[in-house]
Amino acid sequence: MRLTCPHCGPRDRREFYYYGASEYLNRPGPEAAPDAWDSYLHLRDNPAGVTQDLWYHEQGCTAWLKVTRNTVTHEILAVEAVAGGTK
Amino acid sequence: MRIDGKGRIDRTRPVTFTFDGKAYPAYRGDTLASALIANDVRLVGRSFKYHRPRGILTAGSEEPNALVEIVGPANVTPNTRATVQEVFEGLVARSQNRWPSLGLDLMAVNDLAAPFFSAGFYYKTFMWPRRFWEGLYEPMIRRAAGLGRLSGRHDEGVYEKAWAHCDLLVIGSGPAGLMAALAAGRAGADVILADEGAEPGGRLLSDGDAPAWLGEVLAELESLPNVRVMTRTTVTGAYDDGTFGALERVGLHRRPRPNLPRECFWRIVARRSILAAGALERPIAFQNNDRPGIMMAGALSAYLNRYGVVPGKAITLFANNDGARQTARGLMAAGLTVSAIIDSREDAPDEPGTTVHKGAVVIDAKGRHGLTEITVRKGAGEFRIATDCLGLSGGWNPSVHLTCHLNGRPRWSDDLAAFVPSEGAVPGMVAAGAANGSFSTHGCLAAGLAAAAQSLAALGMTVPEVALPAAEDAPYRLSPLWAVPGRKRAWLDFANDVTVKDVALSAQEGYRSVEHMKRYTTQGMAPDQGKNSNVAALAVLADATGRGIAETGTTTFRPPYTPVSIAAMGAGGRAEGFAPQRFLTSDQASRDRGAPMIEAGLWYRPGYFPKPGETTWRQACDREVVMVRSSVGVTDVSTLGKIDIQGKDAGRFLDLVYTNTFSTLPVGRARYGLMLREDGHVLDDGTTARLAEDHWLMTTTTAAAGLVMRHLDFVQQAFCAGWDVRFISVTEAWAQFAVAGPVARDLIASALGHTPGLPFMGCMDVTIQGVAGRLFRISFSGEEGYEIAVPTRFGEALFRDLTARAETMGGGLYGMEALNVLRIEKGFITHAEIHGRTTAFDIGMDKMISPKKDCIGKAAAARPGMTGPEREQLVGLKPLTDSALTAGAHLFAQGADLTRENSSGYVTSVGYSPTLGSFLALGFLRNGRARQGETIRLVDRLRGVDVLCLVTDPVFHDPTGEKLRA
Repeated sequence: MRLTCPHCGPRDRREFYYYGASEYLNRPGPEAAPDAWDSYLHLRDNPAGVTQDLWYHEQGCTAWLKVTRNTVTHEILAVEAVAGGTK
Repeated sequence: MRIDGKGRIDRTRPVTFTFDGKAYPAYRGDTLASALIANDVRLVGRSFKYHRPRGILTAGSEEPNALVEIVGPANVTPNTRATVQEVFEGLVARSQNRWPSLGLDLMAVNDLAAPFFSAGFYYKTFMWPRRFWEGLYEPMIRRAAGLGRLSGRHDEGVYEKAWAHCDLLVIGSGPAGLMAALAAGRAGADVILADEGAEPGGRLLSDGDAPAWLGEVLAELESLPNVRVMTRTTVTGAYDDGTFGALERVGLHRRPRPNLPRECFWRIVARRSILAAGALERPIAFQNNDRPGIMMAGALSAYLNRYGVVPGKAITLFANNDGARQTARGLMAAGLTVSAIIDSREDAPDEPGTTVHKGAVVIDAKGRHGLTEITVRKGAGEFRIATDCLGLSGGWNPSVHLTCHLNGRPRWSDDLAAFVPSEGAVPGMVAAGAANGSFSTHGCLAAGLAAAAQSLAALGMTVPEVALPAAEDAPYRLSPLWAVPGRKRAWLDFANDVTVKDVALSAQEGYRSVEHMKRYTTQGMAPDQGKNSNVAALAVLADATGRGIAETGTTTFRPPYTPVSIAAMGAGGRAEGFAPQRFLTSDQASRDRGAPMIEAGLWYRPGYFPKPGETTWRQACDREVVMVRSSVGVTDVSTLGKIDIQGKDAGRFLDLVYTNTFSTLPVGRARYGLMLREDGHVLDDGTTARLAEDHWLMTTTTAAAGLVMRHLDFVQQAFCAGWDVRFISVTEAWAQFAVAGPVARDLIASALGHTPGLPFMGCMDVTIQGVAGRLFRISFSGEEGYEIAVPTRFGEALFRDLTARAETMGGGLYGMEALNVLRIEKGFITHAEIHGRTTAFDIGMDKMISPKKDCIGKAAAARPGMTGPEREQLVGLKPLTDSALTAGAHLFAQGADLTRENSSGYVTSVGYSPTLGSFLALGFLRNGRARQGETIRLVDRLRGVDVLCLVTDPVFHDPTGEKLRA
C-alpha cells in the first residue's frame, strides 16, 4: 500500500501510523451531551466501500492526513492534510 | 548423460559436488538437477505421503519432486528445488524424507498401505480413541509424512533486503519480456527486467539453440543506463499500488563466504508492469505416472539445450498437442533416439524419424526406481514399449499467478483449454506472451512489443521503433486430455501425493466445491502450490461433478509465487538488528563502572553501579538509595522526552493538552502536568517549564515520548491549526542529569561556581564551565533535586565531572533500580501505574482537571464509571511482616476465596526501601483511598507469595514534602 503525502509525495505505508476513522476530527464541544461524546469516541461504521480515516506521516513530515479509500478495491481516492495548507 | 556440443554450461570450469555423500563431477552453469541427470542419477527423492521413489519432473521453479537439503557451513536449507539450485565447487546436497536411505526407504511401507491413506484419511482413521490423537497419531503422522528437516539452529547466513523503484517492471525475460524491455528501454523509461533464471532469455535458451539476435538484444539492454536486468530474481507477489515482492538468489550459486549474502528480498515499486512470466507445461495423469524417468517434454528440451544432458537413451513422448514435436526434433537432431510418440489425437500429424501412435494413450509405467517400460493402449489393443525416459505434455498453463494476487480471477479459455489472465486484475499490469496464452515465439515477441506500447502510452512516453526478429509462428494445436482412466493410482499433485481417485472421492463424499476439494485432498497445498497439477485436478473434479471447468472455477493463487525464506524477508532483523539501540552520552562512563545496562524502550540505562565487595544488585541498590537520601546522587535522565514549544498561543495549547492550567505559569517556573487521552484515561505526565514568554519546554516520560509527540501533532493539526504554536522534539539535542540529595545544592554550586537561588519548581539558564545550559529544580526522588541540561556533545564530560564532584562529597552515581525505589517511597507514578486503563481519579489527581477550561479528555473523564468507589484506586501497600512483595500480585479481602471474581486489585510496582526497612508496593485497590488502614491479602500464586499488607497512602516518605522544598 502506498499513500501520496501532500508534502512528501508517494510513500510506502510503512512510513505511516494508522489512527482510525476521520470522525476523530469532529470533536464535540465541552458542553456536548454524553451521547455525542460516546458516539465520537466509540461508535464506528465498518463500510465495505469508501471510507475516510486518519494516518500520521510519522516517518516523514509528521503531518496528519485524511485518507479517502475503498476498503474493497484498496483504491486510494484522496489524501489531504488535516491541517489544510497551514502546516 | 552428457551430450557433446550441446548446452550453455562452461565446460572449461569443472566442479565437484556431493549428493547423499557421493561425489560427482559437473560444470559451472549446471543446476543440481542437470548435474544429477548428467551423472545418470534418476532417483532423487521420496514422495510426501507414500514415500514413492521420485525423479526430476521439470526444469524450473515449479519442481514438485526433486526437493533436497543443501548443507552449508552455517545452515541447512531444506526443500531446495534441485532444478533451481546451481552447482558450485563443494556443494553438498542430500535427499530428504527417507529412512534409512534414498534407495531403501522403510517408510515406503506407506505405499503398500495406500488404500488407508486416501483423501481425508486422517479425518476418518485417527479420530478414535480421541485421546490417542495428541500422544500417538499426530507424532506418528508427523514422522512419516514430510519434507526436509530444519537444523534446529539459528540460520547464521547473511541476508539482505532492498527497495527499488521504476517506471516499468517487466516480469520474465523470454521473448515477450525482452521485446517489452527493449522498447521501454529505447523510449527512455526506467525499466527493471526481472527473471528467475541465471541468465536472461527464458524459453529462447530452452527450446533450441539460442537465436543470434538474443545476444544483440541483451547487449543493448546492458548498454542502456535506464534498464536494470535482475537475474536469479523471482517476482513473488503483486501488492497494492504497484508494489511487488521479489526474491534474488544473490549467493546461493556460489561457495559460501562470510560476507556474501545468500538472498535479497526486494520490494519493487513500479508505475506500470508487464507480466511475461511464460507458461508451465502440465503432466497427464495415468497409472504410475510418477516413476523416476517420467519428465515434462519441455524439461527434456531445456536439459538438452541449456545443459547438454538427457535423462535416457530410449526416449518416448506422450502428448496431446503439437508442442512436444519440437522436443522430439531437438533430441533427434542431437543424435538421440526417440523410440515413439504416443499422441492422444486421432488426427495427429506424422513425424519423420520416429513412430507416432495416433489416438493412443499411455496406461501404465514400470520401473520402481527408474522407468523401464510403458504400456500403451490404442483402440482395443495394448502393447508395451521399452523406454527409460518418457516426456509428457498435456499442454500449457499460462503463469497467471501474479494477476490473482489482488483477488483477480483468471478466465477459462476453451480454445487453449487453460486459464488466462483477466484484464485489469492488477492495476497497471499487462500480461503478454505465453503468460497471456500466446504460445508461438513470434506471438510472444509481438505481444511483448504491444504490451510495451500500452504501458509507455500510460506513462506518457513515445513508443520507439523496434523491429521484430523473425521467429516460428506455429499454431498451438491441442485436444484436452487430463487423465487416462485406470484401476490403480494416477498422480495429479506429485508433491502432496494427490491422485485422480482422491479428487473423485472428494466429489463423491460431497466436497464438490473447488475450495473444499483442495482442503479435503490437500491438492495444490505443497511447496509447488499446485503449479503442475491444479488445472488437471479441476478438470477431474469438473468431470466427477458433471460440470464444465469454467463453472467449477479455480482456487486463488496467493503470494508468494515461489517459497520465500523468512530469513530474507526479515533480513537484518535478528539480534541487534531487531530494534534500534539508543545510547546515552553517559553510556561508556556507566559501563566503565561496571553498570549492567537494562533496556528501557529503545534506550539502554544503567541498572546500578556495583562497588567492590557487593555481590548482589540489592546491595548496590540499597546503598545508592541511602546515598541519595543522606548525601547526593547523580543519574542520567536524558531519556525523558523533551519537546520544545514556541509561539504566542503555546500556553493556550498547553492548557488544551494538559488537565491543569499552564498559561498562567510565570517565566522561569516549571509545573507538573497531567495529560489525558480523549477517552478520559491518563496518557502521560511530566513537567513543563516556561523558558521565556513564548517559549516552553515539555518533558514526557521515557516510555511515552513518541506517543505524546504524535498526540500533540494530532491535537494541533486537527483542532487548532490556526494557532500560533510550533513544536519539535529535542530529546536527543540535550543531555540532562538529575542531582538529588540533601547536599545537591552544594554540588550544583561547585559545578556552576556559584549557588543558584532557585526555588522549588524554578528553572533558569546557566553557564557551566563556559557552556550554555539549563537548570531546573525538580525532583523525582523526594530529595532536594536539580536537573541540569547541556547540549548533547557536552553530556559525557558533564556526567564525568558531576560524578567526580559527587564522590568527593560522599555521594556518587545511582541507577534505575535505586531511582525506582526512591520514587516508590515517594509514591510517584510511572507507566507501571498509568498503564492506559487508569483515570486521573484512579491515581488521585482528579483535582488536577481544571474546572475553568476545556482540555483533551475532560468530557470523557467525567462520564459515569470513570470515577467513584467502584474504581480501583492508587494505594500504598506495606507488609505486616518482613516479606518480599511482587508486582503483578492480586489483592484480596481477608477471608475471601482466592478466585478471579474476588480479586479487588493488583500490584503495579514494588521495591525494598532501605529508608523504611521494608518492602513497599504501589497498586490499585477497589475503593482504595477509603480503605487506608485496612489489612489486605497480597497473593501471587505464580511466585508463591501470600502476604498480609497494610493499605496506606501511596506517599510513604516525607509526605509533606519538606525535603523537596528545603
